[in-house]
Amino acid sequence: MNTPSSSLMETVIDLAGVSRRFDARLALDGVTLAVPRGCVFGLVGENGAGKTTLIKHVLGLLRPESGSVRVFGRDPVGDPVGVLSRVGYLSELRDLPAWMRVEELLRYSRAFYPKWDDAYAESLRAQFGLDPQARIQHLSRGESAKAGLVIALAHRPELLLLDEPSSGLDPVVRRDILEAIIRTVAEEGRTVFFSSHLLDEVERVSDQVAMMVEGRMVLAGPLEEIKLTHHQLTLRFDQPQAHAPVIAGALSVVGAGQEWTVLCNGTRPELVEAAGKLGARVVAERHPSLDEIFVARAAKKVPAAARVPTHS
Amino acid sequence: MQIHITTHDGVPVYLQIVNQVKYLVAAGRLAAGEELPSVRTLAEQLLINPNTVARAYLELERAGVVVKRHGAGTYVSDEGSPLARKERRKLLTQRADALLAEAQHMDMALDEVMALVKERHKHLNPPQK
Repeated sequence: MNTPSSSLMETVIDLAGVSRRFDARLALDGVTLAVPRGCVFGLVGENGAGKTTLIKHVLGLLRPESGSVRVFGRDPVGDPVGVLSRVGYLSELRDLPAWMRVEELLRYSRAFYPKWDDAYAESLRAQFGLDPQARIQHLSRGESAKAGLVIALAHRPELLLLDEPSSGLDPVVRRDILEAIIRTVAEEGRTVFFSSHLLDEVERVSDQVAMMVEGRMVLAGPLEEIKLTHHQLTLRFDQPQAHAPVIAGALSVVGAGQEWTVLCNGTRPELVEAAGKLGARVVAERHPSLDEIFVARAAKKVPAAARVPTHS
Repeated sequence: MQIHITTHDGVPVYLQIVNQVKYLVAAGRLAAGEELPSVRTLAEQLLINPNTVARAYLELERAGVVVKRHGAGTYVSDEGSPLARKERRKLLTQRADALLAEAQHMDMALDEVMALVKERHKHLNPPQK
């Protein structure tokens, strides 16, 4: 399980400058993204940030207004069969036919996938405790998520695509879904791309993370790199400061008087030097959690003057 | 092997595993020659990425805490961890620092703290008859 540099790895999903407008609103704004084979890629963002729209472009359900989308090197709009037969997809809405029974749903779904594995489908159904005679419309939220997951997994897709898989589910079902993600990636060569607003979950299972804010990709890369290039420093000044200190790379500044806590992006020596120039000492420092990085990036609590281009 | 992962304090997940395995070895809760769970098993148990577990095991191997036997899994080093002693000292140093900071906060003199430590030691190790 080595992780060679991404340039050497095969790219499963490749988006270049993808834009999409719904009426006046820019839902995707020049999104560029590369998902290497074999990784778990977590897409985070608030509701309405454009995550589902992005996934619909990957599935070929929407055509980009500008830019290009490639999945396994193919255009999902031009070659839907070539792409979708290799993708397992769990939608946020779990739009399964309500009138079918579970066993009917499985029989119906297998027709779409040449590589459907009956034995595997049956073992997943049993493992998830789904009654084959139950009608979809009578399933609980968690059960219909599991039914959707059986269909997404039973043809052993090269790419598993999950849109907010844990949304509205209890911890037990969330655990089943996370286990499925981990098992999928542990089987060699498979790739998982999932969107979530549960940062804790994303931080646990992802190798790669991308962050969307209002249709733009504000941050993307290996999770570890993102964590190592963000620092939370607490600065102490000799005199109380009337205004928040201005530091290059600062994403959020919180504090008052002599002590201010800054969440910033950059290398540690640069940041310590910048603090020194302001006449402050670093009295505490730590790496922020993904959740804290996301909140700082999304909330834009920094006054305009302090917002400067950041390396990411 | 009890390992607890948190994503709230900013410490990378692989490092949390490395630190806790070192702690378990130092504390004698993982014995020399004991087998660690496979990468996949631990990943599923902790609900974390398998690459993260593999990375932690690699770090532990480099530090001499564990050895990989080809095709047969990962085991706690036979010679005991060469780092165990250093690691134990490091762990205790952290605890000692926390104790001293608390004592200072409560205005307790060092003599008093030392007396307390000795008293507790006596309490935990009653003289053998």
